[in-house]
Amino acid sequence: MCPSPNFVTALEAANQIKAKFGDLISEPVEFRGEVALEISDSEKINVVCRFAKQQLVFDYLVDISSVDNYGEDPRWSVIYHIRQVGNGNGAEIRLKTGVSEEKSELPSVLSVWHTANWHEREIYDMMGIRFRSHPDLRRILMWEGYPYHPLRKDFPLAGKPTELPGVAFTRVTPMEGGPFVTVAGGKNAIDREPRVRTPEE
Amino acid sequence: MQSQSEYGYNSKIEGDVVLTTVDAALAWFRANSVWPMPMGLACCAIELMAVGASRFDISRFGSEVMRFSPRQSDCMIVAGTVTYKMASSLKRIYDQMAEPKWVIAMGACASTGGMYRSYATLQGVDNIVPVDIYVSGCPPRPEAVLDALMKLQEKIKKQPVLQELVAAKLLNVPQP
Repeated sequence: MCPSPNFVTALEAANQIKAKFGDLISEPVEFRGEVALEISDSEKINVVCRFAKQQLVFDYLVDISSVDNYGEDPRWSVIYHIRQVGNGNGAEIRLKTGVSEEKSELPSVLSVWHTANWHEREIYDMMGIRFRSHPDLRRILMWEGYPYHPLRKDFPLAGKPTELPGVAFTRVTPMEGGPFVTVAGGKNAIDREPRVRTPEE
Repeated sequence: MQSQSEYGYNSKIEGDVVLTTVDAALAWFRANSVWPMPMGLACCAIELMAVGASRFDISRFGSEVMRFSPRQSDCMIVAGTVTYKMASSLKRIYDQMAEPKWVIAMGACASTGGMYRSYATLQGVDNIVPVDIYVSGCPPRPEAVLDALMKLQEKIKKQPVLQELVAAKLLNVPQP
């Protein structure tokens, strides 16, 4: 079917994934040379990933990122950035999938790429999305026992006070009127300098 | 003037005798061999390495013996951003250091949290350990760290060693 999986463009590789899984996968979307696929059922993510690695030589998991679409359904988006490295081709595609807030769980891809271990722990720590059959799903950045998931949209930037006596604590950070935000591409130094800005600006 | 083989009182060798108090002598010993515990947590640790290396040379002040064991060090130099996750480890390492012990908060992050005003960062290491000297800068120049060390030495020289021991009931003084 695929003449040489080693030297295909990202779009061709995405089309091969689409041809294999059919309705599970959306049509590939290309934007500025980057190709993304949407997977409708997050439960199948490890099957798709295994195919991409074994048949299409996507041997490198660059990153797993997660997005909080607060107020929308599904609330979470999980995005897998995968790349061909070993064959020198360098094609990269993104696999996106949505996870509902009630579920907040999807299968781990640790059996496909071992490097997923810490990526998945980070997402669990920051967003609270769990990865099923992950062997060691502990917090990686915040301390063990911390009760919140700080990158969620409904978590304040200054944090919330917590106390685990004898173990650790956090306090609300004094923002002093902040957060102070810079704007890239401002015309002069006054426009660019860090200031209190409303989201519309 | 060099004394020869006479050990009894000799008015000619009076210049070799220095009079002091035990407190002052002990404080002088302490101040000139402060062994640092380099608590390098971020970019300040790179400056701290420069302080220890030949150009700035912390050994001029008797503090070149960087010890990575809290049991063997006197002064914890907190060089960098203290996250809440690191805070419990830092506290534990401080607790493991033997008395007497001092803390230098090196740089903006260790002193106040610096530019990291977020849920993850402890806003100043003085929330968990008592800090003796704060050093401004992001990161501070090596000279600033040496200045902090000299200020710490001044502080140590003023600490009454024996009085503290008596107050802590670690030393018995026979009552007259």
